[in-house]
Parts: sequence; C-alpha cells; structure tokens
Amino acid sequence: MATTFEINGKAAHSEAPGATPLLWVIREELKLTGTKFGCGTGLCGACMVHVDGKRAFSCLTQVGEVAGKRVTTIEGLSADASHPVQKAWLAEKVPQCGYCQSGQIMSAADLLAHNPRPERAQIVEHMSTNICRCGTYPRIVRAIERAAKEA
Amino acid sequence: MTLALRNPDISRRHFMVGAAGLTFAVASGLRAGAAARSNVAISPWVTIATDDTVAIMSPAAEMGQGSLTSLPLILAEELDADWGKVHVVVAPPNDELYKNPQFGYMYTAGSNAVTAYFKELRQFGAQVRKVLLASAASHWNVPVAELATEPNVVVHAKSGRRLTYGEIAAFAEVPAKAPDVAESELKSPEKFRLIGHDVVRVDMPGKINGTAQYAIDVQVPGMLYGAILRAPVEGAQPDKIDDGKAKAIAGVVRIVSLPYGVGVIAETPWAAFGAKDALNVSWTRSGKAWGFDSEKALPAFDAAARDLSRQTKVWGKKGDALAALQTAATTVEAAYRNDLVYHAQMEPLNAVASVAPDGQTCELWSGVQSKTIAVTVAASALNIPPGRIVYHDMLMGGGFGRRGHRDEEYVHDAVVLSNVVHKPVKLMWTREDDVHNGRFNPLSAHYLRAGFDPSGKLIAFQHRKACDEVTAFQDPVRFARQKGRDGIAFNGVDAPYYDIPNRLGEGVPQESGLRTSSLRGIAHLTNVFAIESFMDELARKRGVDPAAFRRDLVKDNARAVAIIDAVKRMADWGKKRDASALGIAYMNYSGTQIALVAEASVDRASGTVRVPNIWVALDPGITVQPNNILAQTESSIIYGTGFALFERITTEDGIVQQSGFYDYHVPRMNDVPQTHIELIATNNHPTGVGQMATPLVAPAIANAVHEFTGVRLRETPMTPDRVKKALG
Repeated sequence: MATTFEINGKAAHSEAPGATPLLWVIREELKLTGTKFGCGTGLCGACMVHVDGKRAFSCLTQVGEVAGKRVTTIEGLSADASHPVQKAWLAEKVPQCGYCQSGQIMSAADLLAHNPRPERAQIVEHMSTNICRCGTYPRIVRAIERAAKEA
Repeated sequence: MTLALRNPDISRRHFMVGAAGLTFAVASGLRAGAAARSNVAISPWVTIATDDTVAIMSPAAEMGQGSLTSLPLILAEELDADWGKVHVVVAPPNDELYKNPQFGYMYTAGSNAVTAYFKELRQFGAQVRKVLLASAASHWNVPVAELATEPNVVVHAKSGRRLTYGEIAAFAEVPAKAPDVAESELKSPEKFRLIGHDVVRVDMPGKINGTAQYAIDVQVPGMLYGAILRAPVEGAQPDKIDDGKAKAIAGVVRIVSLPYGVGVIAETPWAAFGAKDALNVSWTRSGKAWGFDSEKALPAFDAAARDLSRQTKVWGKKGDALAALQTAATTVEAAYRNDLVYHAQMEPLNAVASVAPDGQTCELWSGVQSKTIAVTVAASALNIPPGRIVYHDMLMGGGFGRRGHRDEEYVHDAVVLSNVVHKPVKLMWTREDDVHNGRFNPLSAHYLRAGFDPSGKLIAFQHRKACDEVTAFQDPVRFARQKGRDGIAFNGVDAPYYDIPNRLGEGVPQESGLRTSSLRGIAHLTNVFAIESFMDELARKRGVDPAAFRRDLVKDNARAVAIIDAVKRMADWGKKRDASALGIAYMNYSGTQIALVAEASVDRASGTVRVPNIWVALDPGITVQPNNILAQTESSIIYGTGFALFERITTEDGIVQQSGFYDYHVPRMNDVPQTHIELIATNNHPTGVGQMATPLVAPAIANAVHEFTGVRLRETPMTPDRVKKALG
C-alpha cells in the first residue's frame, strides 16, 4: 500500500506498510537524516517534524496518517539555514553534540509560528517535550527569545 | 573555516609538516598521488595548498565537547594561520601519529584533549611557521630575522614585500628534520589571536541545518538493517531460541544466534525491530550478576565500606590518617550512597559495517571515543589485520563515557552481522536496548571519618568507597597496564586538594557482575558527593561557615581561594533567603579550580527538591574557547542536576528494571536551574572543562537542603520519596 504525501514541498511516496513510523520512512526511504531517532516513544523529541504546519513526533506518526498531508523536516525548514530560529541558534551557539537539535529547532519554529512573542514560561512549557542530554536548555531559551525579537 | 570529514582534495602542490619530520608530500596534480603518499613515514598535521587553504588534522573524537575545533585552533594559533582559510580534517585512526599524549592512544575522555595535546599542537604549528619563514627568507634572500607573519602571510617590512602561505607552498623547501622550536619562541598569551577568542565551532552549521552526519545517518547502497537482543545479564547466553514469529515478519532476512544474544537482519528497520521484539529467548544462568538486586546490595556495600578489618586498595594517602584518628580529640563519621546511573546519550548506540564477500576487508562507520579501538574490535571480530578496516569516523550524538569501552560492543555487533550476509548492515539499538544493555556508573557506598585536634584543626580524613572496579570491566587492557589501579572508580577518593596533614582514600572492591562504565564526572561524581557533603557536616560540627571552612583548607592555593570568593560574591552567599537556602561545594578537578553554589528549597508535602539557581566560578587556566567553556559548564551543571535529583537505574535478579525515557528521568527544560557562570582565565596550562561542574551539583544541593531543613540527604538521587523519608 503506497502512501502519497508531500515532504518539504515535493511529492513523496512510500511503499512501507501504513503502520510504519513516519520517522523511518523519512530517514531510511527518503534519506532525510536530519530528523533523528531518539526513543521511538514520543518522549525525547529528536524526531520532531511538522505535519500540515504543526509539530508532530514522527516516531509516533504512522506513515499512513500523513497521506495527502504536508510534512516538513529540518531540511525543508529553510533552504539555507535562514529561518529565524536557525539564525538565532547559530547566534547563541546552541548545539553541542547536536543530535537533538533538529527536533529542538522544529519544536521552536512551531512555537513561534503559533505564538510569535512567547513568555519565558511558555517557552519552557512548550520545549519540555524535547530532551537535550547536553543540557543546551539555557541557550535554547535565549535563542527562541532572540528569534522572537528578530523575526 | 570549514569541516572536512574526509581527507581534503589534495590536488595541487602541497607540503606537509608533522611530528616526525617535514616532508614534501605531493608534487602536483593528482589525487591518486595523495593516496600513494599516505604511507609515507611522516605524521601530517598540516597541509598548505597553493590556493592558500590550510588543512589541519584534529585528533580527538567529537561528541559535543568541541575539541574538533579547539585542537586545530591551537595549532593554527602558532602557525599564525588565517582561521577563515583553515579546513579541519578528522585525523584517521593511527595511534602512532595522533595518539592522545596522556593515554598513549587515540582516546577522547576525561576532559583532557586540550590539556593533553596543547603543548604538542603549539610545537607543530610553530614548526610549520618556521619553515614558511625560512622558505620566504631564502626566496627573497633576506635574513629570516627581518621577517614576520600576519595571518597566512609572511611579511618583509623593510621592502614591503608579502607572500601568502599558499604562494610559499608553491616553492617551499622543506628540511628533512623538523626545526627546533624553543619554548621562548612560542607566542606569549597576550599575542594570541585565536586562543581565548571565540570562533564558530566547525561542527555548528551542520547541527543547525540537519546535515551533520552521525553513524546512524549513514546510507550505503544495498544496506540491510540489524537489531540485536543481548543477554539481560553479562555472561549469559541464549539457551532456547524461539524465532518462529520473528521469521514470519515480512522483510526479515536472517536470525543469527550469537554467544551473547540473538541478532536479526532485515530489509527495513521496522522489520528488524519488529523481529527482535518477536523473539522468545531463554537464557543460561551463566554470568555473575544473576541474583543481584541493587536495592538490597547497597546495605551490603555500606557494611563493606564500614568494615575496617577488610582488605582495601589504597588509592591515595598522606601522613598516617589511622593513627591520627586514634589520637584525635574529636572524630566525626558519616556515610553516603549512590544508585546506578545511565548515560542516556541522545543517539542510541549503532554502527554501520560492510564486510566484503570474502570476509577479508571491512568498511566501518561509527562514532566512538577511541577510533583505533573500534578498528581493532572490527579486525579481531573478522580475524583480519587492522589495516584491512576502512574506517569512517562519524560525529557522536553524545558520549559521556559510554563509547569508551575496550570491546565497543555495538561496533562488534555491526561487523558480526555484516559478516553473516556479506552486505552492508546498519546495526541500531533501540532506546530500550540502550538502557537494558547499559553500562552504568557503579553503585557505591561511602564511609568517611575525620579527626580534629584539640584546637579544632582538621588533622585526619579517611574515605572508604565500596563499589565495583569499573576499569576491570570497561577496559581490561588498561586495568592490567595500571596493575589493578582503578581510576574510574576511585580517583580523588582521598580529596588530595585539601590541605589535611593525614589523609587516606581507599577502594573497597565489590563484585556485582553488573556492566559498569565511566560516566560524566567519572569517579568524582560519587566521591565528591560524599566528600563535599562530609565537608559541610564537618564545618557545621565546628560551627564554621561551610565556605570559610573549605577556603581555609585551600588557603595556600590562590586560584582555589579566588574561585571560592568569586562564587560567594556571585551567589550573595551571606544573604539569608526566606524561602530557600544556599549550599556550596568545591573541587580541584584535574587542575581546574571550580566552586559551585546551589539554591534549593524543599516542598515538605511532596518531598520535591527545587533548585532555582546554580552559580559556578571556574578557573581552567588558559581559556582556549571561552564561549564553549561556558556551554560545557552549563551542560555539566544540568547533567549533574539529573544525577542529583532524578536518575536511577535499579536491577532485580541482575536485570535492569528501567527501559526508556518513560521510567528513567533525565532533566528536561522545566527541571533545570538557571545557571550563572563566571569564567576566570589565568595564564596556566589549560585544564579540562567538559564535566567539571557535574560532581559538585549533588553535594551543593544536599548542603543547601540541609541549610534549609536541618536534614542531611545522604543518597543520590534525592528523590521525593527519599526526601520525605529523611524529613520524617
């Protein structure tokens, strides 16, 4: 059963069974490896993507569920890392090991898309879905505040 | 600056300079030439191309700590290279050329990369610069003393002539022997242009646009996927394997019985994971840890630590602590305990291997703390010489000590499975595998005694730590080389940085049979929880301010005094809070002076410890990349917060009881304190920055909790249940 959907503005289809986690289709079929596998249970956020403009754990989303929908991954957030969140991430020198950062950036972009001027407490609440074992949280907060200001 | 994860395109005239000598490497024109020269007996650290780019080897593994940038930057400083023209190249596995001078092989651990390579890298940079100057002098026929360098340019001020490094590379005469560089010829720190001045980490852009490549991202044509069910207890073997359901899953290629588990090879990751979950395996009761219940074991560890008749391994001593304790006017004793802790690096362990059909060569992609160990593991799994392994070094999604084991078992898994099908295999552990197969910071029980003389001076200190010998499991080769001395478990147990006339630090080795590992903070993580909690108890016993008590014990160390004073000022130490209290901890971590103050409160109803603020002052000597040091310190604090408050692995019948982020709590953004850091740069040899705050967090919190409640917390993690029990 092929599933047809849109990814980063392009048509995509997958031959994987409909119950297959979208994460694995993105990474291993479509070879978009910026989206990471962290836990497979929707508890770390390394796999965060946008589905029809809202964030979603791609490890918990079945590929069958995105039929006809728009999926955006870190590779499609901007062509040249020019999204305000990405620019702020560079300015605040956020990443360390970097493994969780695609997911963090996708979560942050989702926050600002729906709440362009978040309070600090709203940032903390929204971003607590995403684990960073390197503990880049102080910089993530600063980067989101910067992106909100500069966007 | 750019980052090249493979050797740069050596397509023009170059010369190379290395430790063993300086040699013209490539005449001109051909990439093949570069490959052909790769076995030339030089140690290339620097390649200068005629287009004026400078390629510099980076010998350490990158797991988030930033040495991929910091190390080549040190060389670039003395070379006087233009950082904008530098390509950082990941050094290939070669211990002879690129070994960590402190370990003797390519191994990135202990926060020592900058410390260990600093002197050598400055030398290499200065040697190349000297060759460039000599070549320019001879080209212009002027005395070398009349020349100077600016970034990537040799300048003859008298005549106003200039030559770029790339122009010189086109004609440079390279001597057979590397020129000597005296210490006095190196830059004095006030002349540094790169050291102490932040650059963008070379791995940063790729970690923002999703292009950074970890082993798990590798795609090889025709690649299959591997999963593995490893024995729940080290040393156990599959007894009966029922793979009927697993085999029935579409896309499963092969089920493989291994001495330590059962492997699955499939066409897709979802088939591989599905088949692994569908396996029904019973295990032999071979292996030591069967029956080991971590909760029940802690009292036994505690009893062992307290049993003074027991044979111990003395880690460090000064004077005669036992005699001084006998004669002391007052003695104090206390005990502390720590649970098992999991690394929880964000990238579940994985590797990609492609074994040739004849089994005689193998291509390997992995992220490890020692790439030469990874190559050795792959070669011995295939029983072929290490030279037949083509190694691709990948970024690591976190390390924290987990990827620094002698057997690198996930690399082994990938090679073994690939060798079954003779196709490329991406072997991935799930998060559950990563927890179940975890190698943990060991369970430990600490017993401490101190003695005061009649004037109230601390004259004796004894610290006995009962825990498994970690190095014996993690790296038997190193354990043998160190003649059974286990720094991963016992380093610093004797608090050598405190001026106490009689000190004794002892290991009381236990044998749980559990899989253990170094973890961030290493031995200090638990030792310092005990030592710094105890110091607080001693200060209170004596009626002395805990900060003043420590300050007095380091009063001859001006750097230590300065950071204690700094952190007191930052935290407004003297000021009483209504709804919270402060606690302090200090240590000298491998030469880095660091002090930390935590602000904490306790919700008595729930037992929850709240930590709104943490202040840190540290002096790591010369600060190579200050912003990155701040980042590493923020990171260390947050890692330490998880250890202090939440993180806990338990075993029953030797089997790990936790499985993932649903039952193992790592700090999230809403769990962590605000961090306030003051970095004090001094002109001392640079020391580590990657984990120095981690061990200080738990004792500072416990000390703050004591200040707030009058109750002493003696066990990590300080979970609500334990806090409620302690509060009574």
